[in-house]
Amino acid sequence: MSVTTGLFYLFSAILLLAAFRVITARNPVHAVLFLVLAFVQASMLWMLLKAEFLSISLVLVYVGAVMVLFLFVVMMLDVNLEDLREGFWTHFPLAAVVGVVIALEMSYVLMGGFRLSEDLSGKAVNVAGVVQVSNTKELGLLMYNHYLYPLEVATAVLLVAMIVAIALTLRVRKNTKYVQPGYQVRIKSKDRMTVLKMVATKAAVEPTAADANPETKA
Amino acid sequence: MTLTLGHFLSLGAMLFALSVVGIFLNRRNLIVLLMAIELMLLAVNTNFVAFSYYLHDMHGQIFVFFILTVAAAESAIGLAILVLLFRNKSNINVDELNSLKG
Repeated sequence: MSVTTGLFYLFSAILLLAAFRVITARNPVHAVLFLVLAFVQASMLWMLLKAEFLSISLVLVYVGAVMVLFLFVVMMLDVNLEDLREGFWTHFPLAAVVGVVIALEMSYVLMGGFRLSEDLSGKAVNVAGVVQVSNTKELGLLMYNHYLYPLEVATAVLLVAMIVAIALTLRVRKNTKYVQPGYQVRIKSKDRMTVLKMVATKAAVEPTAADANPETKA
Repeated sequence: MTLTLGHFLSLGAMLFALSVVGIFLNRRNLIVLLMAIELMLLAVNTNFVAFSYYLHDMHGQIFVFFILTVAAAESAIGLAILVLLFRNKSNINVDELNSLKG
């Protein structure tokens, strides 16, 4: 049993444990934090599979952006947790049995059917005489040559997602005062200030007797 | 005992089964449903990376890249809808989302 095998079992044990805690955690904040743990373990597993670029981008993009977004939303919403967990433990035994059966059956088939190991594949590389380049370079070459059009579509998907997320959550408040940018841009300097022509000196108004009388009486 | 492709595929299968169970258990909580979907996508991505490694085909990793893109977009829109839902109904219980029911 090599070091790689031991690391695989360690990472997958933590990954499965974290995934289990994600679906059973009472507090959604804890669930998100366990999801972060699961993603980090999965990224370590991808590192074992020599997919360095993807594993680092999983940590940077997923844990760094998407999970933080989840955490934001979970902390922002003030939900009643007990309401949402009604009937959780009554369904649990059936769900656990179904899940274990699915996992065991699939594992049995997959372990028997895919005996491909690293030694055979290592030989295949030498036969083919493939020049070793870094994972990132290989991925980039393939992506920007062979998959350029799908890449453009993916960027369009991200743009649309951004616009949709903003458009959905944008709230126009009716009762707040704000400046219209159009008016601000269109205004000229002569609209701001008008110079009035008026005489420089003006005679003071003579105080009449009616104005003066109440003051003297008081 | 060396690692075979079957090990990674079994891990993906277990992760997928766990998230299916999670969807079944947390049918009321929309946030945990979204998280279970993320876990499913992670399991599928692990399968893709494992196949890509053992078959020496980089196209699998490209696919993982696109899946990550789509998953990020999906979770962003899902969370936006969640925020909107909470603003209008002040809870996120899936059972009470029956406004469209005839």
